[in-house]
Amino acid sequence: MANVRNIIRRREVVADDWRYLEEDPGGAARALILPLARWHEERAQWWLWAGRLGVRIAPADRVELLCPDLTRLSLIAIEFTSPSEGRGYSQGRILRDRLGFSGELRAVGYVKRDQLFFLARCGFDAFELSPGVDPQAVLTAFDDFDVSYQPATTLTRQQRHFYVHGR
Amino acid sequence: MYRYDAIDQALVDERVAQFRDQTRRFLAGELSEDEFKPLRLRNGLYIQRFAPMLRIAIPYGLLSSRQLRTLAHVGRRYDRSFGHFTTRQNLQFNWPKLEDVPDILAELAQVQMHAMQTSGNCVRNVTADHLAGVTPDEIDDPRPYCEIVRQWSTLHPEFSYLPRKFKIAVTGAAADRAASQVHDIGLHLKRGADGDIGFEVLVGGGLGRTPMIGHVIREFLPREHLLSYLEAILRIYNLLGRRDNLNKARIKIIVKALGAAEFRRRVEEEWATLRDSALKLDLAEVERVRAHFTPPRYETLEDTDLAAGRDSAFKAWIRYNTRAHKVRGYRVAFVSLKPHGAAPGDMTSDQMDRVADLADRYSFGFIRATHDQNLLLADVRQADLYDLWRALDAEQLATPNIGTLTDMICCPGLDFCSLANATSIPVAKQIQAHFDNLDYLYDLGPIEIKMSGCMNACGHHHVGHIGILGVDKHGEEWYQITIGGSAHEDAALGEVIGPSVPKADVADTIQKLVDVYVEERVEEERFIDTVRRIGVEPFQLRVYGERAQHHSAA
Repeated sequence: MANVRNIIRRREVVADDWRYLEEDPGGAARALILPLARWHEERAQWWLWAGRLGVRIAPADRVELLCPDLTRLSLIAIEFTSPSEGRGYSQGRILRDRLGFSGELRAVGYVKRDQLFFLARCGFDAFELSPGVDPQAVLTAFDDFDVSYQPATTLTRQQRHFYVHGR
Repeated sequence: MYRYDAIDQALVDERVAQFRDQTRRFLAGELSEDEFKPLRLRNGLYIQRFAPMLRIAIPYGLLSSRQLRTLAHVGRRYDRSFGHFTTRQNLQFNWPKLEDVPDILAELAQVQMHAMQTSGNCVRNVTADHLAGVTPDEIDDPRPYCEIVRQWSTLHPEFSYLPRKFKIAVTGAAADRAASQVHDIGLHLKRGADGDIGFEVLVGGGLGRTPMIGHVIREFLPREHLLSYLEAILRIYNLLGRRDNLNKARIKIIVKALGAAEFRRRVEEEWATLRDSALKLDLAEVERVRAHFTPPRYETLEDTDLAAGRDSAFKAWIRYNTRAHKVRGYRVAFVSLKPHGAAPGDMTSDQMDRVADLADRYSFGFIRATHDQNLLLADVRQADLYDLWRALDAEQLATPNIGTLTDMICCPGLDFCSLANATSIPVAKQIQAHFDNLDYLYDLGPIEIKMSGCMNACGHHHVGHIGILGVDKHGEEWYQITIGGSAHEDAALGEVIGPSVPKADVADTIQKLVDVYVEERVEEERFIDTVRRIGVEPFQLRVYGERAQHHSAA
């Protein structure tokens, strides 16, 4: 089994209780994150597996296609492949706001301090940081702003009141 | 003008603190160049050829005199006592020190200014008609809607890492003075069948390497749906925009690839999921923002004969540098930043202070930056125009050339910019020197020259009546010329007249173009109308002679 990885989950540093399939092929941890292709290919078999399941999706994947799977998935990991990759922010909001996904939404790949505030506003609640980033040291990023101008998946302490439902 | 409340002020203050920390981490080596770059760009900070360049946002071009004085002060304290106004109504400083930028931003925050999203791959400063609220031909004042869009787009969590930059312009009049058709999104205020206010929505315009005119994707969008519709467009763009090639990453490429009809279908489908979300505007709140833009306390005055008994220089200034105002007894006055012999759009700190004083005295304390790189005082009593003219003239800010050939748009070019292939300011000066006779300029009528030092087209050369593009040929500066472009309601892309010309020949080439116009024009026809009527061939023949045949055959 791989070394225990620390992640940020709901603004706390915790040991990751999930494993990627390649880290734990036997599924001993009973919480596996599958590549999206694998999930699609072996969906029926995994559906009945006695453990928690997550999938990992790439920037170009259409999250709408996961709609029929969301009752079975406890985690969706969205990959950020570079510092400029921004599709994951929309993928996160579609999963949360439109498809109603309520499991763990995790940012993986290139994930560093200065993305965290925006990611959290788009519904991400877990962050697997880039190698070398100390999770404890970046927790302040969630408090960079306590006001914001627009509604999003999560709101800040204070919100602009332009909106009919935003009060 | 919109005045910050506690939320607005907290946001800019928090932004300054965030950037101070980012700069500290960069200088401490905790952030690499590559990691710091997108962070500094989102605060308007470029690293240019000789120094950093800081671009400060002037939302939809509107400034108070206090803000303009602060810009003058920043120029003196942190730069070389001058700034450069841009085509997107912003101000650039060319020589600030990187480590000073957090302090500059803190000083700006004290007067409700910032540099957020003036560069980087995010929604940029929203621009508007510089005659908003005062022009007689207006349906409604676009600025309240600009402010709402500014707020919605500022630090938008979903759209802060777009494939590429994203520009929005809003107009409220029949005439388009904001180049809205060459923006990623153009919004035109319209009245619906019931007299209610809404927008015509254009998408996919832009300049750069692949210039395109925007497509109307919605004829009428009721105003309460403004933000949900924008969010739908931005989401489609964020998910589909190309990220593999910087030069194909703007929304126009997606609109072209899918076709406007298919793009529209996708936007409408996305919008169906958003239109009744929390983004629906509360019209009472819209009215609250509109209340920030109520007209100043105009006096009850009559129109007067402006030029009666005055010297001819003043008459020329009235004719060229002022415009009609919707309120009787008032007039709009330009502050020309196009004196012959200087870089278009540049202004010294002393001039800024002086114009701030004049704004307080003659125009309710407000100043506007225009898309054409001039300033204007929007609400001047006609009786004050003579004194204003004398004061502006003393500061070299009254060159009576607005709308003429020397009222050029010009990017900073190779003198400052690390992207440029060629200089533009020296070419502008060459043209100014060549066409230095005002009576001749007046005879030529309205001619818009727009010049860019490279393909990125910051000087909008494609949509100039005459466009000039700097190109690098084996280390030498050459200039490609287009004619027939327009950035207005009759938007069009110019046509290249032939092979580029050497730097020394640019003004002479323009002379040949206007010679053809003068010979061919009928009645009051403008240069652009003559080009449209007779086509480019007569112009090519004059510039290239017999070679034109050769080149068109090649």
